Amino acid sequence: MTTNALPVSPHHREPHPVDVQHHTPWHEYFGFSLDHKVIGIQYLVTGFFFYLVGGALAGMIRVELVTPLSDFMARETYNQVLTLHGTIMIFLWIVPVVNGAFGNYLVPFHVGARDMAFPRLNAVAFWMLPPAGFLLLSSYFIGGAAQSGWTAYPPLSITTPAVGQVIWIVSVLLLGGSSIFGAVNFIATILKLRRSGLGLFQLPMFCWAMLGTSVLVVLATPVLAGALILLSMDIVAGTGFFNPALGGNAVVYQHLFWFYSHPAVYIMVLPAFGLVSEILPIHARKPLFGYRSMIYSILGIVFLGLIVWAHHMFTSGTPPWMRLFFTIATAIIAVPTGIKFFNWLATLWQGKLALNSALLFCCGFIFNFVFGGITGVALAQVPFDVHVHDTYFVVAHFHYIVFGGTVFVIFAAIYHWFPKISGRLLNEHLGRLHCLLSFLGFNICFFPQHWLGLNGMPRRVAEYDPQFQLVNQISSVGALLLAISTLPFLINVAWSLWKGVPAGDNPWQACTPEWLTSSPPPVENWLHEAPLVTEPYDYGSPEDAMPVTTVQGRELWSAGR
Amino acid sequence: MFSSLPSLNVTTLIQQPTSPPRDPQQEGQPQVPAHAHHPDVRLFGLGIFLVADGMTFAGFFAAYLTYRAVNPLPVNAEYELELLLPAVNTLVLLASSLTFHRSSKALMANRMAVCRGWLLLTAALGVTFMAGQMWEYFHLPFGLTDNLFASTFYALTGFHGLHVTLGAMMILIVWWQAGSKGYFTTENHFGFAAAELYWHFVDGVWVVLFALLYLL
Repeated sequence: MTTNALPVSPHHREPHPVDVQHHTPWHEYFGFSLDHKVIGIQYLVTGFFFYLVGGALAGMIRVELVTPLSDFMARETYNQVLTLHGTIMIFLWIVPVVNGAFGNYLVPFHVGARDMAFPRLNAVAFWMLPPAGFLLLSSYFIGGAAQSGWTAYPPLSITTPAVGQVIWIVSVLLLGGSSIFGAVNFIATILKLRRSGLGLFQLPMFCWAMLGTSVLVVLATPVLAGALILLSMDIVAGTGFFNPALGGNAVVYQHLFWFYSHPAVYIMVLPAFGLVSEILPIHARKPLFGYRSMIYSILGIVFLGLIVWAHHMFTSGTPPWMRLFFTIATAIIAVPTGIKFFNWLATLWQGKLALNSALLFCCGFIFNFVFGGITGVALAQVPFDVHVHDTYFVVAHFHYIVFGGTVFVIFAAIYHWFPKISGRLLNEHLGRLHCLLSFLGFNICFFPQHWLGLNGMPRRVAEYDPQFQLVNQISSVGALLLAISTLPFLINVAWSLWKGVPAGDNPWQACTPEWLTSSPPPVENWLHEAPLVTEPYDYGSPEDAMPVTTVQGRELWSAGR
Repeated sequence: MFSSLPSLNVTTLIQQPTSPPRDPQQEGQPQVPAHAHHPDVRLFGLGIFLVADGMTFAGFFAAYLTYRAVNPLPVNAEYELELLLPAVNTLVLLASSLTFHRSSKALMANRMAVCRGWLLLTAALGVTFMAGQMWEYFHLPFGLTDNLFASTFYALTGFHGLHVTLGAMMILIVWWQAGSKGYFTTENHFGFAAAELYWHFVDGVWVVLFALLYLL
């Protein structure tokens, strides 16, 4: 990042007539579009729909847990609701949105390409999503949905009603296939479609995050597919791979499952890391701190992420040497993760912070994720893990990672890239309200669950000891607040799409190539040749000190200046 | 950071003298399709997909080896396999990789008739392999659900057999396509190259599978 010229800076705008802003006709979003930007938005909107569904299911869980008895729904229904909640949030909201939505929208811009390497495969990968989602939801109405949680551990998944479980398997196989096709596309695009003159170590960090994530998807997802095929044979054909009653081995399923599902945590979190690395420098007007170390941290997380899976299985009769190995490997993974967090703090340090919704959500992410990371390191220690395994402590931990972490970043990214996608700014007052309510609601909902877990409240059960009632009610109030926090966001998006302040091409004065074109961008991203951005984080130079004078910018920037 | 390289400044990049600004009225109809902007990377993409496919097999193999190590079969379980037929089958499959390679060389020499001949032989060897596999299935002393080894055996060979079947169909399609003149050229033959890469992958997996299931 040292020797090349600065071919572009945020202060240069691509000269183009105002009327080239390309507004995609609405019906294209419902068709087999090959445009990576349309596909990205298809992923985003579909994912958000399922976020609302999964959120409604979470609301049902929290309503049930207001009282110690299962009086809101039957126990079997509760099992179905929690299984659908987990499956939908992971496979239909977070994975498709951080990978499919932002990956598809941003990666071709960042590498200076007109589209993804395989646009048709890209569209196929997206269109596997809606059928899988509706299949999953429909299973509730045909004999009941799966009841064995998103992990589908045998023998539970073999002994619960078969129809829902088999539909669940088919649905997850479809989603896994979609994910693999997407990953093939990302790897080919990032490695092979870079604009000439653009080196790997000149790419925006999000590309590196997507590269690492896609490697994990390619290496780990097929193993889950294999495990689910064997599981479906156990259910349908009467084999005994995972059924101890037939001489099989249930722990083998756990190994295969977590060989995917631990990397899946990084599949959900690494792209979010990449998005934060894009958003922070722009709103802090400083270069990303430690560019190279960020890349090596991603690679380290990818490698270590593949060899820590059995820390989910410390209570599954794992032998001592295995416990030792996986404990140490898991503790080590905190090192590259910690490097990234220190780098982000150093990026913020003495920056000219614009405390807008995007940056505030990023700060919320840093706070929440660090907390979830600390409980994660604690959970990697065998003696502690054995104590709190399968309790609400674990529930609290992973919600701090995927909700407090990734979902906060998704919202930050929406506030940040909405002007590019739609050509209009989101309202900052509603955005900050959304951020505040989300942060309060999230922490009120999930922080008390640490205490519940430490005191022995098991997860995945509709009933609990009456001594936990008050804390559960506090948690449910937090969930209500979280549900309410979605309202200002929805109002904001609807109103801003209709009447929002026009954003201009580059409202944040950003350097990365997606901002060096019109908003919304034309079909093939730039009317002219793709810009060569070799310094994607060139903020804070003397040139950058020029005052922000645009009308729409003043409101957004005043807070930090 | 502020370098001394001959500066590529922003105006030269943006005002391309060779490409006049497009008429805004034509927006939405790109003049050059996106894939024309970059070299053909489809074979690379297939390679990545085959890594993923290989990981599915790796998962199966890992499960199988774990079963072998920690799950003893019941004393009266039937799990003996004949070696002769699978060994011959292995040779058949390895030979088919060789014939595909010959076909590829003929294509590169632009001798399409020879190329198609080798292709047909490759497909025939693939079908022979599947026939041998079928014969073995019908004569084995155990069924799918008899014991853990039996289940694993059928799952692994069946999943591989599915791959061989798909591969044979691909080869026949490529053979048919190669019949129309100019469909594959020495420079442009992605379909052919894809089928070849896939076929070698399927053969390679079989060698591992044979070693683990039959020899170990």
